[in-house]
Amino acid sequence: MIPNEPKITPELVAEHGLKPDEYERFRKLIGREPSFTELGIVSAMWNEHCSYKSSKVHLRGLPTKAPWVIQGPGENAGVIDIGDGLACVFKMESHNHPSFIEPYQGAATGVGGILRDVFTMGARPIACLNALRFGDPKHPRTRSLVSGVVAGIGGYGNSFGVPTVGGSVGFHPRYDGNILVNAMAVGLAEKDKIFYAKATGVGRPVVYLGSKTGRDGIHGATMASAEFGENSDEKRPTVQVGDPFAEKLLLEASLEIMAKGCVIAIQDMGAAGLTCSAVEMGAKGDLGVTLDLDSVPTREAAMTAYEMMLSESQERMLMVLKPEKEKEAEEIFKKWGLDFAIVGKTTDTSRFIVRYHGDVMADLPIKELGDQAPEYNRPYAEPKKLPVLDPQSVPCPVSIVEALQKLIGSPDLCSKRWVWEQYDHIILNNTIQRPGGDAAVVRVEDGPKALAMTTDVTPRYCEADPFEGGKQAVAEAWRNLTAVGARPLAITDNLNFGNPERPEIMGQFVYCVRGIAEACKVLDFPVVSGNVSLYNETNGRGILPTPTIGGVGVLDDLSKSATLVFKSEGEEILLVGDTKGWLGQSSFLATVLGREEGAPPPVDLALEKKNGDFVRSLIGQGLTTAVHDLSDGGLLVALAEMAMASGIGAVLKASPAGISPHAYWFGEDQARYLITMKSADLPKAVAAASKAGVLLRHLGTTGGRQLTLPGCDPILVSSLHKLHESWLPSYMAGELAV
Amino acid sequence: MKAAVLVFPGINRERDMARSLQLVSGKEAAMVWHTDRELPKGTDLVVIPGGFSYGDYLRCGAIAARSPVMEAVRKHADKGGLVLAVCNGFQIACEAGLLPGVLMRNARMKFMCKEVHMRVERSDTPFTRRYNAGSVIRVPVAHGEGNYVADAETLARLEGENLVAFRYASADGVVDPHFNGSMNAIAGILSEKLNVLGLMPHPENHVDPIVGPTDGRRLFESLIETLEAA
Repeated sequence: MIPNEPKITPELVAEHGLKPDEYERFRKLIGREPSFTELGIVSAMWNEHCSYKSSKVHLRGLPTKAPWVIQGPGENAGVIDIGDGLACVFKMESHNHPSFIEPYQGAATGVGGILRDVFTMGARPIACLNALRFGDPKHPRTRSLVSGVVAGIGGYGNSFGVPTVGGSVGFHPRYDGNILVNAMAVGLAEKDKIFYAKATGVGRPVVYLGSKTGRDGIHGATMASAEFGENSDEKRPTVQVGDPFAEKLLLEASLEIMAKGCVIAIQDMGAAGLTCSAVEMGAKGDLGVTLDLDSVPTREAAMTAYEMMLSESQERMLMVLKPEKEKEAEEIFKKWGLDFAIVGKTTDTSRFIVRYHGDVMADLPIKELGDQAPEYNRPYAEPKKLPVLDPQSVPCPVSIVEALQKLIGSPDLCSKRWVWEQYDHIILNNTIQRPGGDAAVVRVEDGPKALAMTTDVTPRYCEADPFEGGKQAVAEAWRNLTAVGARPLAITDNLNFGNPERPEIMGQFVYCVRGIAEACKVLDFPVVSGNVSLYNETNGRGILPTPTIGGVGVLDDLSKSATLVFKSEGEEILLVGDTKGWLGQSSFLATVLGREEGAPPPVDLALEKKNGDFVRSLIGQGLTTAVHDLSDGGLLVALAEMAMASGIGAVLKASPAGISPHAYWFGEDQARYLITMKSADLPKAVAAASKAGVLLRHLGTTGGRQLTLPGCDPILVSSLHKLHESWLPSYMAGELAV
Repeated sequence: MKAAVLVFPGINRERDMARSLQLVSGKEAAMVWHTDRELPKGTDLVVIPGGFSYGDYLRCGAIAARSPVMEAVRKHADKGGLVLAVCNGFQIACEAGLLPGVLMRNARMKFMCKEVHMRVERSDTPFTRRYNAGSVIRVPVAHGEGNYVADAETLARLEGENLVAFRYASADGVVDPHFNGSMNAIAGILSEKLNVLGLMPHPENHVDPIVGPTDGRRLFESLIETLEAA
C-alpha cells in the first residue's frame, strides 16, 4: 500500500523482537498485514521495556495506596503529598543496556530521561540519586565503564543544574557483561498543579516541543528488551545522545507554559519516542490521535516515517494545549529557543493514524496498541532455599582489626568520594546532608521541611533468597530514611533482572516482588512509581537480581535531623536491636574469606518497624547526637564509618559471651542502628527502650583519636580513613594491581 | 544595593545567587534576560552567575559573552560599576574582555564539586573589605573548567598590580598550586579599577548557616558596605 517499503517477512518480524505468535496476534488485531511503519510501531509498544508484558501480572501485587499517595504507578512519575500544599514527584529508571554500550551517553541520557519524567508532571527537579553496579574491578572494561558512567551522570546533571545528592556503587563479577545504571529524580510541585498524560477534548492540537528529531536511538527500547551477545558493540548507534542544555531550556519553558495555564496534557518522549507518547496520551484519554509527520521538526534530511516514529532523540515533549493559549505557549518556547510545531490533533475515532507525504503510513487501534499487548504469566521456578550458615563454622583467619581494614578498604565498602565529587551536589543551596550519609536530606524551599532520599538493595541477598532480599531492600531504604530522622513515605522500584524466559530468573523476579510487597505492606511504604529492566544478561549469564529501591521520606523540621558523624568525645555509644551474628551472605564472608554462602539474614518486618519507630522518636526528642543504620559489614564497619566521618575515636566493650567476636562485629543482622548520646540522656533512652520493648546495648564511649577494641592494638582513625578513601582513586588511576 | 542577576540560556545558579543576595541584603535582585539591551535603572551591582550558558558547547562563556546584555554590562563596568562574576560568570567575563586570561579544563580533567580553602589576597577592594588580607576562607567549587591561564605578560601584570583576589590554599594558608592547575593558584582576579571580580568558587553557596559554612557571606556584606558608603 505504501511505495518503497520493505516487505514484511518472518525474518523482519524477528529482527523487531516480536515472537511469531505476537506478530500473529497483531495481524489478527488489525485484520491485515501491517505496513513497515506499523510493524515498527507495534515492536516499540509491545517490547518488554514498554509493555511490561512479563512483569505486569506480578506488579499488580505491590501495594500502591496510602492516604498521602496522590498518584501511583502508571504515570510519568509517582506523586506524594508532603503537606503544606506541596507534593513530591519522583521515579527511578534504568539505563543499563545503553550505558554498557556507550557509558557516557548511556548514563547521561538515563539522567535526562528521568528528569524529564519528573518535570513533565509539573515538578521542578530538586535532587537526583543513582544506583550503579559494575563488574569485577579486575575485568578489563570495568575501569572505563566506571569512568564513563560517572562522567555521564555528572555531565548531564551538573549542566542541567540539579544536585546529585546520593546513591550507591557496587562491584560484582556478575555485572561484567551488563552493568546497571539506575537513575532517580525527585521534584517538587504544588499539590493541586500536577500535570498528567491523559488527553481530553476532540480536535485539539497535538504540539511537539523541544529538540529536533534525528536518527539516534532508533530501536533503543527494543535493544533494552534483548540479551547481549558477543557483538553488543554493534548496537552503539541505538544509544541516544544527550543534550543537557536543551533539557534545561525544555524544563524552564515547560514549567513556564504550565504556570500560564496552557497545558491540558503532557507526555515526554522517552522510550519509543513519538510512538509511545502519542499512543499513551490518546489511549489514556479514550481519544484517537492523528499525526502529520511532515510537520515534525527534523535535524536530518529524508527521514522516513518509520525512523521518525521510532527515533529516541532526547529532550522532546508532546502536549495537548488549550487552543486559546496556543500563541502564548509558542511565544514562550520561541523565547527559550526551542522548536514548537503542531504535529497532529486529537480525534474521536480511537485510531492512531500517521500521515506522511500524503500517504497513510499507519492506521491502528490506539487502545489495543497499549492495552492488548501480550501479557505473559511466564513459568517460574521457586528459588531453592540455602542452608543457614552456622557462625561457629566460619573461621576468622585474621584479627578483628585486620578484617575491619580489609572491609572498609574493599571496592564495595570504600568511600565513593571519587564518584560524588564529580557530581554537583550543592547547587540550589538546599543540600542539608551531602553524599556519604545514610540518606541525603534536601531542604524544601526555605524550610523547615525537608525531604530525605536514598537508594538501596543488597543483590547478593536477593540472589541467595529473592523473597528475603526483596524485603531487605525495602527495609534498608526505610531504615536509612529513619536514621536521618525522616518519616518514610513511599518508594520507587527499579527491578533489574536477567532473562524472564528462563524459569529460575522469573522465579527470582516473582519472589523479589513478593518480598518487596510484603515489606511495603508492613512498613506502610507504598510503591508509587517504578521501572522493570529484564534481559540483563550476556551470553546466557544473568546479573545478580537487583531490585533497587528508591525511598523518600519527610522531615517536618530539618533542625531535628540526624547525621552519622560522632559529635564530641565522651558520649555514649548504643546499639539498637539484636545481634545474633548472622554471617551468611555477609560482606565479611565475601571480602575476608572470598565466600558467598548460606541464607541471607532474615528480615523481621515488625521488629524493623518497632526499632525504627523508636530511633525516630529519640531523634525527634533530641536525645541522640549521631545515628547510623547498620548494613553491609555490620556493627564494626558502621562504627568505623561514624569515627572516620568525625576523626573522633571510641573505646569499645568486649563482645558478649556465646557469640564469636567476628560474628558479633561483622554479622549482618537486620533492624539495627547505632546511636550516640550524652551520658545525661542515657536514663531517658533506657526507659524509653524498655517501654517500647526495644533492645538497647551499651557498646562504649566516644573519645580519643583511635578505635580501641578489647584484645586488639588500638588503631588510629586517621589510618582507617586513609584506607577507606584510597581504594577508588588508586583503582581509577590505574595504580592498583587488582 | 540594587543588584541585577544576568540570565543566559543554560545558566543554572541564578536562583542560588538571587536567594543569597536576598538573604544577606534583604533586597530582591532583578533577573535580567540576555537579550535585554539595558540594565534596570539604578543597578549598582551586576552579577554574572554560574551554570552552563549555551551548554558550554563552543567554549565556556564564549556565546554568552556576545549577548546583547553584555554591551550594557561593559558600559556599567566602564563607568566603574561593580560586577561580580562567579564560575561560568568568570568565564563569560574573561570571554567578554572584562577580565584578562581564560579558564581551561581542570588539570585532572574532571569536574570537581567540593569544599576548598582559598586565601584572601587583599582586603582593600569592594568585594573583600569584610575579610582580612591573608585570612583563609572555606568555599565550595563546582566546575570542570576552572584552570586559570594567562600569558606571561598578563600574569606578571596581575601580580605586579596586586590584582589577584583569591588563591587556592591549604587550611593553614599555604598556597596550593595543584588544585585545578590554575597558574599561581589563582581562584579569583580583579580588574584594574577593582570594580570587576571574577572567581571560580561559589560564595553564594556558603551563606546560609542551615546549609553549611558561611564564609561566603562576608563577600556580599563587603559589597553592601561598599555600596552604602558610596
